[in-house]
Parts: sequence; structure tokens; C-alpha cells
Amino acid sequence: MIGITHYGGYIPKLRLERMKIFQSMGWFAPAIMMVAQGERSVCNWDEDALSMAVEAARDCLRGANKTKLDAVYLCSTTLPYGDRQNAGIVKTALNVHDSVMTADFTSALKSGTTALIAAFDALAGGEKKSILVTASDKRETKGAYFYESWFGDGAASLALGSENVIAEYKGSYSVSHDFPDHFRGTGFKYDYMWEERWVRDEGYSKIIPEAIGGLLKKLGVKISDVAKMAYPCFFQAEHAKIARSLGATPEQVVDNMHAVCGETGTAHPFIMFISALEGAKPGDKILMAGFGQGCDALLFEVTDNITRLSPRKGVKGCLADKRLGMSYEKYCKFRDLIKVEMGIRAESGARTAMTTLWRKRKMITGLVGTKCSKCGNPQWPPTDICVNPSCRAVRQFEEYEFAERAGRVLTWTADMLAVSYEPPAIYGVVQFNDGGRMLVDFTDCEQKDVKVGQPVRMSFRQHHPDEMRGYHGYFWKAVPLKQGDGKEASA
Amino acid sequence: MATGIKDKVAIIGMGCTRFGERWDVGPEELMVEAYLECIEDAGIETNDIQAAWLGTCIEEVNFGKSALPLSMTLRLPNIPVTRTENFCATGTEALRGAAYAVASGAYDICLAMGVEKLKDTGYGGLPDLNANAGPLNWLWFPNVTAPGCFAMLAQAYAARYGVPEKELKTAMAHVSAKSHANGAKNPKAHLRSVVSVEKIMASPSVAHPLGLFDCCGVSDGAACAIVTTPEIAKKMGKKDFVTVKSLQLALSNGEELQYNEWQGAHFITTSKCSEAAYKEAGIKNPREELSMMEVHDCFSITELVTMEDLHLSDRGKAYRDVTDGVYNIDGKIPCQVDGGLKCFGHPIGASGLRMLYEMNLQLRGKAGDRQLKDPRLGLTHNLGGFPFMNICAIAIVGKYGA
Repeated sequence: MIGITHYGGYIPKLRLERMKIFQSMGWFAPAIMMVAQGERSVCNWDEDALSMAVEAARDCLRGANKTKLDAVYLCSTTLPYGDRQNAGIVKTALNVHDSVMTADFTSALKSGTTALIAAFDALAGGEKKSILVTASDKRETKGAYFYESWFGDGAASLALGSENVIAEYKGSYSVSHDFPDHFRGTGFKYDYMWEERWVRDEGYSKIIPEAIGGLLKKLGVKISDVAKMAYPCFFQAEHAKIARSLGATPEQVVDNMHAVCGETGTAHPFIMFISALEGAKPGDKILMAGFGQGCDALLFEVTDNITRLSPRKGVKGCLADKRLGMSYEKYCKFRDLIKVEMGIRAESGARTAMTTLWRKRKMITGLVGTKCSKCGNPQWPPTDICVNPSCRAVRQFEEYEFAERAGRVLTWTADMLAVSYEPPAIYGVVQFNDGGRMLVDFTDCEQKDVKVGQPVRMSFRQHHPDEMRGYHGYFWKAVPLKQGDGKEASA
Repeated sequence: MATGIKDKVAIIGMGCTRFGERWDVGPEELMVEAYLECIEDAGIETNDIQAAWLGTCIEEVNFGKSALPLSMTLRLPNIPVTRTENFCATGTEALRGAAYAVASGAYDICLAMGVEKLKDTGYGGLPDLNANAGPLNWLWFPNVTAPGCFAMLAQAYAARYGVPEKELKTAMAHVSAKSHANGAKNPKAHLRSVVSVEKIMASPSVAHPLGLFDCCGVSDGAACAIVTTPEIAKKMGKKDFVTVKSLQLALSNGEELQYNEWQGAHFITTSKCSEAAYKEAGIKNPREELSMMEVHDCFSITELVTMEDLHLSDRGKAYRDVTDGVYNIDGKIPCQVDGGLKCFGHPIGASGLRMLYEMNLQLRGKAGDRQLKDPRLGLTHNLGGFPFMNICAIAIVGKYGA
């Protein structure tokens, strides 16, 4: 049996209530009132498709054995690098061993489901035994546009294998159509969209049923045997109508999440599917479809193992963990839709030395430190000479991962002088509960949320972006947790 | 066995510019301004100088690398000139070079110059630290500023000793108010207004919990000293001159930020450096023996905590000594008699020598309105870097023979 062994989700904490868009821009585009319900998820200023993918993959790998991974796939239409494999950065951030195949699946919103099918083909062929597939998107739109409200940011990750399968893979069916509902030319920031009515009637309404119908026919499964169907469609009425056209009841359709986060692009089929898994019972058949210049449909059957899956945040946890109250102006600043004076101080910055990054890739991208073989002291950064004053062993250490370690705030500040997209810049010293400490930026918090002694978890973020050279620098930051949060964190 | 340099080095001349936003001059002109006062005070000529040390910290906004700017600006006679840099201990490092040179007998007369031109950046505060911290630190160091790093000291201090935020803010305000009162009497000081505790506490936040008046001035300035041996000073007919009693340095070794013991509420380096300095100077009870101090009050909390690491106030109690006026000009040990970094200003490379300039004036009875009654021993202290990784420099000076 091959199938899904673990899942993980990541939806950024920030939510923009869509009515705020209308309140700010209704004078200009009154029609956006039609989509001004609920809230959409929004990346913090230091998040992008790649950083969200790492967070989703970390959630997915809880309780999984990452040393057995044969491949790491990353699926997105909004990856930071056009040439420098993004999946390789994810693999390094997860500190996965080097004898692994990495690949980016990109340039279609269905690339997530396509990667899943490719991964299952490899598993079925026996060449690979364990594959991590992560989908993520942070799509940009201009302001006061329907799509600004329809879209949300998010990521989700699925681990595939043959041991402890929680959802057995039953098969897939794909159709490919060069249906240009939208496109984004290389080097362009925004999508160019064709008329919504056409996209709805000739695209979603015909192509998704074609793939799902084809799959059911291929597998000899009746629609009534399917417990849940997860397929994207941000036209609310049409989303339900597609199910009816296939002979399904409204209960069989997974909510498209417009009200709670918006459509997360490549990640959305995964996110909807995971939300179905979170409420599934053994024996349930769940169907997933990805739409974008064609459609992939996959069918799964939930197994008993789902009841034994280790706790994780998943999609449900992410939807519950949110920061409301974001203004539309702040959204515009974070998405670079308005120019704000950042001051001369913001001009300073340095190039990133690729030689240094390569040498220190485990320390920086993987947050890997050392544990002294002589005294057992964990430390970050790794150094030749042990920091313990009563040890000072020279080059006697083993690798020690810090990313999943729980820590506490030793001290901190909220700095109005430091250049920041969201002043004050909050940073401090984190003491890890099992030893080791680091000076680090804090993120996803406000001044009033932080206290000495407060628990934190580490999160992979943009750290030193370099707009002049098109470079995206990543590092880890501390996220202060509310009391009782972060129970899913190990250590 | 090393015995230190107590009374082996005489300071026979000092000069110091007016500190402030010196839009009219660059680092070269600042050096000349301090130097002319200094050689007049020493009664020597440029050709008498046998070796020199130049301290400047942020060379990118000054005159670039090397010691050439000092040699060329003063037209020194092709002698050895060395540039020193050790964050805020830079000026004291220049003095160390010159002092050890005469103490060793290598040279008879040496110059120590410290200068910094900070107001050519186009913005307030210090230049960005991270971009120049090397390619590895660039990859991970948080987006810190100096006030932010010292604000973390205040947060940890309050947490460690259970001091309510308002009480600590009040004590910090007393630190700044005292320095403003002293600086107001100093014609060379950058900031010369008396400011009340209430106004200080009401100032806008720079880095929580530090407000604007918890931060020192970012200034342009230069200060310098001519040193020789006491024997040569006497031969030159000098009477009543000042000698170095101790000169010490202590640097972090990374334990603050990488090991598990330091709680963020004090300076490991200052604690050790002051012990070494008292030993070299033969001081048994610093609270009784020191007459005055100029310490590194880059931020009010730095000065407050430093009182504990200089072993003058008990641990966790300095905030009470501060509010009780122990370090006021009429207190037990007057601190920041010239206004301190807070009000005299903080051109980094010049600061250590500027502190010494005030000690020299006080010991020779030339401090005018600020003159203390019969001071015997004075201590200067610099803290370069951050509470979690730093350089501490301490000098103790006194009258020769005292």
C-alpha cells in the first residue's frame, strides 16, 4: 500500500478582513463589495512561498523519519528564485540528508497535484520509498481587485510512503488543456486575468468535472462512495454547482475556505484535502483535484492509522491561530502596493557572500548547532572550541538541531530606531530549554505580547533580502507563544 | 612577575575639542583643534613626538583605514603611527599603545589621539552595524541597534532583581538628569541644558524601555594626550602632573551569548576588568578610595548597571544608590562630572581620552565651575560593543606621588 503518511499545514497568522479593503477602496471599485465577506490570510512582511513551505513541511514531518526521505518536491507559482532550486533551500532548512532528489514543480496552479502524481508513480515503481511534497503560494495582485480578495497565502505539505499510511492512494486521472484563464509572463509581478464569466463557465465548470468524472470512471468508483471532494474554485456558487453536476450532495464538498483564508493557489487543493483529512474517519474516500491549464484528480481512502497520527498543527490549527486587526494600509505596505519613506538608514546593507553561505549552510539555513561530545553542552553557533568554561574541548562535537527545540525569552526589546517594515523591531535572546541560546529577531508578535520567560518557537523567515541583486536571504526567527500554545512542538 | 604600569607613565598634556554637531569641521580639523591645545599644555613641539597612536572606530564615515590621516594631518616627522580600533574602547586603546610605549622605554614622548566624525551619515544614531559585521554575521545577526541592545540589559535587570518597570525608569531618569546638570556647566559639552526627571521619563520610546533621554548624544569630537615617563616629566620641569595608576582591558569570550549561565543583567567583562584595575592601582576599597569617575553611559541603564560591576554598588541595588544621589556631583563618588557621554557627547574614538581629559583637569584643579574639592584618584571606563559581547576598558589616574 502506498499513500499519505503525514500531513502539515501553514497559513500565516495575519488575516485581512475583506470589508477593510472595501472601506478603503470602495469609492474606487464599488463592485469589490461582492467579495468583501470574511477574511483572507496574509503573509507577514518576512514570509514568502518558500518560508511558508518550510513551515508546512516542518509541521508535516512531526513524528516522521526524515532520514528516510528519497525526494523533496516543492510546488508553487510564486517561488523566490527563477534559477536556484527552491526545493534545495527547503531541504537544507529541514536539514534533510544530502542523498535526496529535490525538484521544483511550478508554472501552473495544478503543479501540486501533478507533483503528487509524479511522486506516487515513483513510489509505485519502487524506485523511491519516501517523498515529501509541499505546495505553497503567495500570489500578488494590484489593489482594489476581486482577486486581491479571492486570494490568500498559505502552504501545505504531504509525506508519501508505504509505511503507516493514513490515506491510501487509489489512483489518479489528469487532463491537460492550455486554458489561458490567466497568465503571468516571466519577469512580471502580477497575473493578467481574462473575463471571470468565461473562466467560470468554460474553465472550472467543465475541466474539473472532466477530470473527476474521468477518475471515477477509471477506478470504477461511484460518486456516492466518495466522502469528500477537495477541489478549488473561488466562485462560491460555481464551487457547489460543480459537485451537483457530478451528482454529489453539498455535504460531499469541502468548503473552499473563502471566508477563513482565501484561495492559496498551488497549495489550495492540499489545504482543502487536509481539512477533510482532519475530520475523516477510517474508510472514508477523499478526492483531491488541482485546477490550472487542465486538472489532476486523485483518490484516497483513509486508513486506521489516521487515529494514531502524532499531533500537529495542520490546517485546523493554523486557522485558529490568527492575528486579526490588520489595516488595509498595512497590507498595502507589506505587499509593496504603497511606497513609504524608510529613511536613509534603510539604504545600508551588504551583499551576501555565497561562499560563506555554502560553508555555513547547516548553521544558517538549517539552524544546526553542535553538542559537545565531551561535556554534552549544546551550542549555536557551532565553534571549534566548546563554549563551556569548564570544558573547552577542541573540535569534539556532533550535529545538534535547534529548529524544533523549545525556548524561552531571556531578554528582549522593542526597537523604534531599527529599520523595520513593522516597527518597533522586536528582538532578544532566546534560551533553549535543553541548553544553548541565541540572539535573534522575533516575529509574528507585538510589543504587548512579549515578556521575559515567555516560551517561543523558531520559524524560518526572510532575513536579509537584497532587492538590488534579486537575492532572498533566509534565517530563523523566534515566535513568542501564548501560554498553552506550541504544545505540538517537540522537546 | 608583571607588576603593571602604576606611576610609570605621566600625562603631561591633554587637549579636547568642543563636542557636538560640528557641521563646520571634519575629522582632520577636529584632530588639529585637540592637538593644538594638547601640545601647548605639554609645552612640546611636534618634532618631540617619537611615536603616535590614532583611535577611530567607524572609519567608513571618517577618513578610511590606516593611521595615515593622523600622520599627514599633523605633519608628524615620519615616525611610527598606529591605528587602533576596539569599538568604544578605541580611545583608551590609543592611550594604551602610547602608555606602554613609554613605560617600556621604547620611546620618551608619545601621542594618543582619538577622533570620530559621526555627523556625516545623514541620519540620527550610529551607522548601521550589521552591514559591516562581516559576511557570516550578516547572514544571521538580528536587526539590532545600540539602544536596542542596551534596552535588553534593562529588561533583564528588571526581571532578575524584580524591579518594577516604573522604579527602574525613575532610577534611569536620575542617571540622565544628573549628567544633564553636570553637562550644563561644561562649555565643551554637546548638550548643555538642565533636564528634569519628569521630562526624561516622558520622552518618546527609542527602544523599550529606553526613551530618548536615556540615550547619549551622537557627536563629533577629538581628544588627545601626550605621555612620557615621570622622570622625563620632572626633567622637563613639570610639577603637579598626573600619572596612570592602572590601565586594563577585558573582552567577552562568547559565553554571554552562547553559554547558559549569564542572565543578561550585568557586564561580565567590567566586573573582571575593574578587579584587575583596582589591583594594579593598589586600591582595596574603591567606594572609599575613588574620588570621581567618568563611566561609559552610552545609555542610562549602562551607567546604572556599571556601578555594580565596578563593585561600588551591591548587586541589584545600584538603582537605589542612583536615586539616593550617591553618584551625583555632591555625592559619595561624583560620576560624569563633565556631563558624560550623555551630555558631553560620544564621538566613539575620542570618548576614552575625553574622559581622561576631565580627570586631568580635575586632578590639576582646572575644572572651573565643575571643580571637585581635592580629588585624588579618578576612574574612566569604556564599554565597547553590547552587553552580550563587549570590550571593557578601565583607566585609573591620580596625581604623581599621591
